Amino acid sequence: MKRKTLLTLVALVAVAGVAVLGVVGRMVLQPGPYAFAGGRPVALSAYRGPSPTGVPAELALADTVTRGAYVASMADCQACHTAPGGQPFAGGRAFVLPFGTIYTPNLTPDPETGIGNWTDAQFLNAVHRGIAPDGSRYYPAFPYPSYTLLSDEDVLAIKAHLFTLKPVKQANKPNNFGFPYNQRWLMAIWSVLFNPNERFRPVPERSPEWNRGAYLVEAAGHCGECHTPRNLMQALDQRRKFGGGVAEGWTAYNISSDTVSGVGDWSAADLAAYLSTGHARGRGVASGPMAEAVELSLSRLTKSDIGAIVTYLRSVPAVKGDLPVPAGPAPSTPQTVIDNPVGKRIFEGNCASCHAWTGAGAAREEAQLTGVRTVNDPSGANAALMILHGSGAGTPYRPAMPGFGKAYSNDEIAAVTNYVTARFGARASKLTAGDIGRLRDAN
Amino acid sequence: MPLDPEERRDGAGRLSRRSLLRGGAAALGGLVLGISLPAKRARADKPRAVGAAMNAFVHIPTQGSVSLIMPAVEMGQGVYTSQAMCMAEELDIGLDQIEAIHAPPDREHYGHPIFYVQATGGSTTTMAWTEPLRKAGATARAMLVSVAAAEWNVPAAELVTERGVITHTASGRALSYGEVADRAGRLQPPTDVALKSPDRFRLIGTRARRIDTPDKVVGRTVYGIDVIRPGMTFAALMASPVLGGKLDHVDEAPALAMPGVRQVVVLEDIVAVVGDTTWAAEQGLCALHMTWSPGANASLDQARLWADTETASTGPGVTVRKEGDAAGKLAAGKRGAGTLIEASYELPFLAHASMEVQNCTVHVHDGVCEIWVGTQVPGYAQAGAAQVLGIAPEKVTVNNHLIGGGFGGRLEAAPVVTATRIAQKVAGPVKVIWSREQDIRQDMFRPLYHNRLTARVENGRVTAWHHRVTGPSILARWLPPAFKDGIDSDAIDGAAEPPYALGEMLVDYVRHENGVPFSFWRGVGPNSTVFSVESFLDLLARKTGTDPVTFRRGLLERNPRALAVLNAAAAKAGWGSPVPQSPFGRRTGRGVALMHAFGSLLACVAEVAVTDGGDVRVTKVVVAADVGRVINPDTVVAQIQGGVVFGIAAVLHNRITLAGGRVEQSNFNDYRLLRINETPAIEVELLSSTQSSGGIGEPGTVIVQPAVANAVFAATGTQLTRMPLDASLIARSV
Amino acid sequence: MTAITVNGKIYEVASEARTPLLWVLRDELGLTGTKFGCGIAQCGVCTVHVDGVAVRSCQMPVGTVGQRAVTTIEGVGSTTVGARVQKAWLDLEVVQCGYCQPGQIMAAAALLAANPDPDDNAIDAAMSGNLCRCGTYVRIREGIKHAARS
Repeated sequence: MKRKTLLTLVALVAVAGVAVLGVVGRMVLQPGPYAFAGGRPVALSAYRGPSPTGVPAELALADTVTRGAYVASMADCQACHTAPGGQPFAGGRAFVLPFGTIYTPNLTPDPETGIGNWTDAQFLNAVHRGIAPDGSRYYPAFPYPSYTLLSDEDVLAIKAHLFTLKPVKQANKPNNFGFPYNQRWLMAIWSVLFNPNERFRPVPERSPEWNRGAYLVEAAGHCGECHTPRNLMQALDQRRKFGGGVAEGWTAYNISSDTVSGVGDWSAADLAAYLSTGHARGRGVASGPMAEAVELSLSRLTKSDIGAIVTYLRSVPAVKGDLPVPAGPAPSTPQTVIDNPVGKRIFEGNCASCHAWTGAGAAREEAQLTGVRTVNDPSGANAALMILHGSGAGTPYRPAMPGFGKAYSNDEIAAVTNYVTARFGARASKLTAGDIGRLRDAN
Repeated sequence: MPLDPEERRDGAGRLSRRSLLRGGAAALGGLVLGISLPAKRARADKPRAVGAAMNAFVHIPTQGSVSLIMPAVEMGQGVYTSQAMCMAEELDIGLDQIEAIHAPPDREHYGHPIFYVQATGGSTTTMAWTEPLRKAGATARAMLVSVAAAEWNVPAAELVTERGVITHTASGRALSYGEVADRAGRLQPPTDVALKSPDRFRLIGTRARRIDTPDKVVGRTVYGIDVIRPGMTFAALMASPVLGGKLDHVDEAPALAMPGVRQVVVLEDIVAVVGDTTWAAEQGLCALHMTWSPGANASLDQARLWADTETASTGPGVTVRKEGDAAGKLAAGKRGAGTLIEASYELPFLAHASMEVQNCTVHVHDGVCEIWVGTQVPGYAQAGAAQVLGIAPEKVTVNNHLIGGGFGGRLEAAPVVTATRIAQKVAGPVKVIWSREQDIRQDMFRPLYHNRLTARVENGRVTAWHHRVTGPSILARWLPPAFKDGIDSDAIDGAAEPPYALGEMLVDYVRHENGVPFSFWRGVGPNSTVFSVESFLDLLARKTGTDPVTFRRGLLERNPRALAVLNAAAAKAGWGSPVPQSPFGRRTGRGVALMHAFGSLLACVAEVAVTDGGDVRVTKVVVAADVGRVINPDTVVAQIQGGVVFGIAAVLHNRITLAGGRVEQSNFNDYRLLRINETPAIEVELLSSTQSSGGIGEPGTVIVQPAVANAVFAATGTQLTRMPLDASLIARSV
Repeated sequence: MTAITVNGKIYEVASEARTPLLWVLRDELGLTGTKFGCGIAQCGVCTVHVDGVAVRSCQMPVGTVGQRAVTTIEGVGSTTVGARVQKAWLDLEVVQCGYCQPGQIMAAAALLAANPDPDDNAIDAAMSGNLCRCGTYVRIREGIKHAARS
């Protein structure tokens, strides 16, 4: 009996072990970020086409400062390394993760609190491998598994740009992760598994524009960090590339070529307009972290680079992610019979002035709701977040759309979100006050 | 019809006040009191007839409308009409025969009979100005009549006046006021003119049409923000985000590179951008990156502000009223007879948020300063600008305007001072407009107040009562002589003399200031005291198991006037009947409140519905009011209706909070006003009264707040003591 | 230069295309009946008609107006429905400070033009974007019904 039990137990453990190994193995042994493209990638030095790295051709003759700033914009360092209302690049911005809160460090060249004493080698080691000068490991909230694809030259161009900034004395804030997540050494293992530590390898079979786009999207822009789902080990699940994820509570939508939940039915012009201005008519307005990506990175890129990104994005195969899928295309005329008096009350008081009852937008095309992805999302999450915090590029003193979170209750925010998704989406969201409370906390 | 000042230029130049007041041919029509008047914009010059000023308030031209000078400003409360009614009543002219003129700064003639300074506020216009204006009208009429009597050689008593015409019925002769105006103006004004007896009133007490409305519905009214001057530029401004902070650094270049931007004005605590349009100026402002030194207020957080006020309320206070030994009776604590009950009520900072944002147009040139603004305090505005410029007040002309909402927000000279500091550095006239965000963040707020009440209730009667009010003193700054013996008579108004019999009484005041700018706000002191008294009475009623109306009736046996008002409201609201179910929330309740302040008595019954989540909807409001003798009943009703809406917004939504010395609210998305789809039915019953007139601008706002809070108490069983109502505290798990 | 038609008159406008119509009306054309209140379409005091539809002029870039006819409070009285609303406002003494009333009247006129007999629900839908700090809402509602009946 005993012996049998023991055997069974051993067998079970063995099976479980194999299963775990299999799962982990599948997580570790996954395709590279642009493996879907096929072809035979070559080293940058071996690539015959125009270089996909560095600045675009238009800026080839620009001065070093301009080129450094451009590469820094490509990599969108500023958004994360600036606290709300704080000095640019001085860090201190909080990211609330499931394990605790992490604060971005100071990237200005202050020798004491910033990176003023860093050598080129130390900087490269940090950006490519996630290893700090003191040997400690960064958490992958810092997207070094993407940045590892950046060329040495571009990484050093970013460093040179940072060293042109005015040093800001601002000490880094410690993270407040609890055990075991506060064991930074574990990140060494994680890095071995999930950071290939290799530079971008162009695909000769693809066009130069595609390769430039791949470099911008995968290496510099690190789009997948938000838009690709993560596996249990918090690594990007490249098999479901661009299937959608979550960033600071916001839904980072599926941006694969899937026509229902992704951007498969967006024209190249739609994509280009969205990326460069944060708005594509009838598609939506970049909000939350995406608004920052547009403001601080994408809007600063040249037309050719935006074109390259669009070319690359449109080549990404359609995948279904984990996110709630629209019940169908958004209706072109609004649903009018909606039993949600609280939602109606708020919509008619606070929303209809800009969005119009038809949803067509009363005075500006940015305010159009019909057809927009956010309101055709049965989760209603991003719509609720936009209502809570506001959205759109406005002025330094106010966003284009104001936020209502400070003066409206969770019940009210839930009601108006459910009303808007019912009116303009294929299926109404069913947010509760509790959901709104969680969204407030996540952001 | 009120004439905007821009229409009133006739090229006659400035006249001395004395020559005007003497009247006579030298005083050209229209330039009644030495106001330098701007060029008109849209309409053609009306020829102005020569005429005469009978006194500081009445000017009779040889032909055309009679000019009535309005000592109290019009900001929606209807006083241009009621003041005109008082003068026109005695003068025997129709309201269609007059034009209302904004009084210039002139304390001697237009100083408020109660405040002394020239100011409009505190619901005092009717009580303070009715008599003087009736006298002004009657005096002018007597002067006009005496000229006709002399000309016809008949006794003045035989002459009748109607619609500006003097008639001798027996002989059939008639003269218009204009025909005798010049001669009348040269007479010594009589000092003992009799006023009409109320039974002869033709205007007072009627629902006369407002004189300011016809222009308002066609967009012709010129508010301060609408002034246009030749060569005028526009300025947008930004003050330190941390209250009281100073500018560290700003690089002007990015603004100057913007189209339509002309100039950047950098002051110690403010940056202003001057441009060809308001929009251009604001775009310029947005292009600037400013760094600020936060200063002493950097650590000012709301939690600390509440806590500091609470702490201050436990310190020594100044006794306002003492009847018997309330302190001793209450000190016996729970061991004493009956029930001892204590509670505190806290009221937040509030912004005025009138629809017309703060604005002021200023032209500083050649040693003088011209100002175009809508202000409740033209004298303070004049003095403030003069002080900035280091010139005599006479060198500052204030052209007052109709006001797009006052509510106390224009009882301060601060915006005029700010605009003058900017205009001082600008060539030509400049219109400074606050963005809504600046208007809210740089407002001077309704102060944070704390009210601690302790009472002993024995057999349904209150036998001892202690009410302590803690808050800053507005009067100490605004009207120092009114701050006597350490007591701010506004802050304790409503606490010192409640309408109830409350046994042995102690009312005291703790002055506590916290570095946040504060000023009057619609409802003023009674907003905090009446809210607290009425909330506390409901608490006493509940703790002693008594119906709130019954409980109050028991305290009003010796105050029949107040009891009548309470009973009227209770009857009209169906007090005692079940509260109807509501689609707006499963919990419903009815609350009552009573007040006596501003010379008026009001009782209010509010009905609310409360959702499971704690959101409150006011579904019905009934108000009964005894405001004494009424000039215009329709205006009284309108003021109560509007005051109720204002008060509901306060009790449900309004709050200004600070974090790190910064105001957290900015615009109507986060400083929430009531909308039409949240406005309940509001029923008003005016009790007829022959008592002297009380004020009515504030009371509606004051009375609805405790009525709503008490209704929420009734609906939920929870009394909220810190305003505005916090949904999370009355949410219930479903 | 942009040309816009306001109250039947054509104006050449110097302001850049993205300038909100509100500021062109007020600061460039001197039509100050249309008011500024918040700049974020939360108060409605800047409401005008663009081809008869109520629009918050603080949100509409002047460059997007195009050939459409702009009507302001100064011009709405020449329409039947506008004149009816203005008269109802006088008859019922709706107005207090009056600053929001140009916007209220424009919103009410657009409502009545589209729906000659609006019920409370329709009035809420059309009028809730217009704030009134004096609290004239009870009379605004009555005023619209009065104008509808007249």
